[in-house]
Amino acid sequence: MSAMLPALQTIPWAIVLILLPLVAGMLCFLWPRLAPTLGMATASINVLAVAALAWQLHFRFHGSYRHAVGGWGAPLGIDLYADGLSLLLLLATALVGLGVSLYAVGYFRPEQARRFWPIWLLLLGALHALFFAADIFNLYVTLELVGLAAVALASLNGDGPAVSGAMRYLLATLLGSLSYLLGVALLYHAYGTVDIALLAARVDSTPVTWAALGLMVTGLLLKTALFPLHFWLPPAHASAPAPVDLLGLLGMAAILWGSVQALRQPRLKLLIAYSTVAQLGYLFLAFPLARTGISVWRAALYLLLSHALAKAAMFMTAGNLLRFGHHDRIADLDRVVQRLPITAGAFALAGVSIMGLPPSGGFIGKWLLLEAALSQGRWDIVGIILVGGLLAAAYVFKVMGHAFTQAGVTHEAHRVPRTMEWTALSLAFAAILLGFVAVPLLHLINTGAVAVGFEVSG
Amino acid sequence: MNWDAAIPLLVVASSLLPGLVIFTLAEERVYLRTFLNLAGAVIKLGLVVWMIWGVYHQHHYEIRLALLPNLDLVLRAGPLALLFVTLSSLLWLVTTVYAVGYLEGSPHRSRFFGFFSLCVTSTVGVALAGNLITFLLFYELLTLSTYPLVVHRGTEEARRAGRSYLVYTMFGGGLLLLATVWLYTLTGTLEFTPQGFVQQVLATHRPALIVIFALFIAGLGVKAALVPLHGWLPKAMVAPAPVSALLHAVAVVKAGAFGIVRIVYDVFGVEAAAHLGVINPLAWLAAFTILYGSVRALSQNDLKRRLAFSTVSQVSYITLGVAIIGPIASIGGIVHLVHQGLMKITLFFCAGNLAETLGIHKISEMHGVGRRMPWTMTAFTIGAFGMIGAPPVAGFVSKWYLGLGALQAGQGWVVIVLALSSLLNAMYFLPILHAAWFRAPPDHWPAEHDFGHKETAWALLLPPVITAVIAVAVGLLASAPFSPLDWARLIAQREFYQP
Repeated sequence: MSAMLPALQTIPWAIVLILLPLVAGMLCFLWPRLAPTLGMATASINVLAVAALAWQLHFRFHGSYRHAVGGWGAPLGIDLYADGLSLLLLLATALVGLGVSLYAVGYFRPEQARRFWPIWLLLLGALHALFFAADIFNLYVTLELVGLAAVALASLNGDGPAVSGAMRYLLATLLGSLSYLLGVALLYHAYGTVDIALLAARVDSTPVTWAALGLMVTGLLLKTALFPLHFWLPPAHASAPAPVDLLGLLGMAAILWGSVQALRQPRLKLLIAYSTVAQLGYLFLAFPLARTGISVWRAALYLLLSHALAKAAMFMTAGNLLRFGHHDRIADLDRVVQRLPITAGAFALAGVSIMGLPPSGGFIGKWLLLEAALSQGRWDIVGIILVGGLLAAAYVFKVMGHAFTQAGVTHEAHRVPRTMEWTALSLAFAAILLGFVAVPLLHLINTGAVAVGFEVSG
Repeated sequence: MNWDAAIPLLVVASSLLPGLVIFTLAEERVYLRTFLNLAGAVIKLGLVVWMIWGVYHQHHYEIRLALLPNLDLVLRAGPLALLFVTLSSLLWLVTTVYAVGYLEGSPHRSRFFGFFSLCVTSTVGVALAGNLITFLLFYELLTLSTYPLVVHRGTEEARRAGRSYLVYTMFGGGLLLLATVWLYTLTGTLEFTPQGFVQQVLATHRPALIVIFALFIAGLGVKAALVPLHGWLPKAMVAPAPVSALLHAVAVVKAGAFGIVRIVYDVFGVEAAAHLGVINPLAWLAAFTILYGSVRALSQNDLKRRLAFSTVSQVSYITLGVAIIGPIASIGGIVHLVHQGLMKITLFFCAGNLAETLGIHKISEMHGVGRRMPWTMTAFTIGAFGMIGAPPVAGFVSKWYLGLGALQAGQGWVVIVLALSSLLNAMYFLPILHAAWFRAPPDHWPAEHDFGHKETAWALLLPPVITAVIAVAVGLLASAPFSPLDWARLIAQREFYQP
């Protein structure tokens, strides 16, 4: 065992995490019958690889590390970069990925599975690459990969509505890419680098920077992927607060609009989807609050992680209910909800985190966000956070109320595979558990963050 | 291994773990479920008695878990915590026996007892919380775990009551969260401290502290049923009788009142609260609630609704005692936490017995019921006399100390409120007693169940008799060591005299 440890230390886990899903995805494409096995194996190895990377980061690199792919360093070659933040996102992806893979084994019919596994593994590989990206151009490439894989997954059903929905998403994401790329070009022209760490050191508050920022934000908004931005947001942005405040306003609007829309939906899947809009809004609130030194990004990240787990669990419960009752009309859910107690429990636990009630990851994030807003006297944001929580409670209980009607039978033969129910419950439970591990996780977020100008105070 | 630290955790776990197991049990596993319930309740009570003994011998029970940087989850067994935790553990055991009898043969029992256990878990968590964030955590957990109990029947009326309960409590929870975070940004600590922890910022943040205090009272006032935030309580009466008993005497309403005690004593401190000028408005609000609840109770014909409005009124005695500055009134308020619980749970058990045995829900149907169910109605009579404040039942002790304390603090108007309230209590309880004992019974009852020659099932009869006996005992033996009054004295001492 002790002889193996040095070998494990020297393996470049970043490369493994990117290549393994890609190779496995291709193999799935070539041998469709092996796809579920290969996919499950990859998802499991991912978790182990992330753990190994964590170990490596801690003992060998003491916080963060850079890997120059093929020995060509920046600015010529591609650098991979890993720190506590990437580790955390990788960990969340690995866990949710494992859950989704388990769920997919039960969910898809063979002919769908043939198409699902290659694309799904491509998506995982692209996400891993995204979290390792060390420069804003690489971010562009990996975001594009993620977007394309997501579009393909969205059209997996192959019927009319699925394809037209996917098409719409594709157009939006392409437009977003263009806008983002334009921003990258502007920054490259102005500062001569696309490396995030170098940019963080060089940028200052000039019109070019703000134009680039505007373009990139617009682009990422279209892709609804906002988090990489905070890396290099000019620390001097107090001098030009307008765009940052605009993002905050956008976030508030998203919370209110998303929640109200979620409340109005007659269908469960749509309710969950609109709830996502609202939850993403919370992340935007971090922008106006980041002005002072308080590390509000930790709050946003914590919300992001909890949301990833909870929302994955919620979508799975919707899938289970759909499979069992062949519909997801909320008004007629009572006969379904009560026959799937594990699924109902998963929805309830995920709901606790979405509402931001203790104990849950969502609560920790909301607490940190409220703390930042209050200490800066941003009462508008405080109000929105509280109202958002109440609205979330309203739409969660709109569904949960159906678990308590006078429908006769409670238990019935399982027509939903057990793994599908238990996966949902495990992910929801993980979102609750996040509420108890905040201290080590927040510490992890700060690990190695100085190198990229990440705010560490607070 | 420090066993002292583990005990508060075990107290919480002794209902949490059985609860989680019960969720997974099939409906028909009655014996295992009942065994788990009772075993958990007995173990919890044993642990609590152990802690009382330990605290008396200078042991320190505290456990911490880091929740956020600089913020811990804290469970600590101080005197005030022990008073509440003893009450809820004891009454949980009794209520469990009652609920097993009450729900015999009805559907969804695993779900019911699962949430029942979670509800008690949250309540002892609220009691043992050593700082505000721990309190908040269990307080919200209490909301979530009682909602399924309120809507348990699943009727349209029950679901409406559940929605109303949620709207009120979620709103209150939001205010509480806001107040807690805000206070934390000012003081940097949330640890419950005798005589409060806001003194350092008292001078610099006076307006903010006043608003924070108001937010706390509004947030907690929802569960404590302070007028005008009491609306959910009478509606929640559609829940099964053991749930009503739990809501009114052990868990929800009590958690709200207990929270107010914590806020005034261990967060702000009476002196700081008086300095901020917020303590007198709280006393007025409590006094108004006392009278309002009693007046509304007068006109209710539904027995449980009358009892609900009586709770609105009675629980505010606790708030009133806390809001009158002075050790004697404090003793009255704190001791009423226990006394009201004992008396009110007796009344609800009895109301449940009448409904289950004879199908009686309305006061107008209660004529002569004392002859048919003498034991039940004797227990009811004791509870009612306690509420009116007649010696030697426990309620007399509370009112005595409240009145004396008010005079000592120079707040004579409180005595008038107490007298008026007692008069109103008599006006809405005595007609019930008169009808039950002295009117002729009808030819047949609305929906009579046959229990042989017993008046009702043992599991339904024993709990109210036991709690009624205890309600008399704590009144008679009020000055004995370890009585609720004795503990209340200890708590008041810590608040009003430097250690």
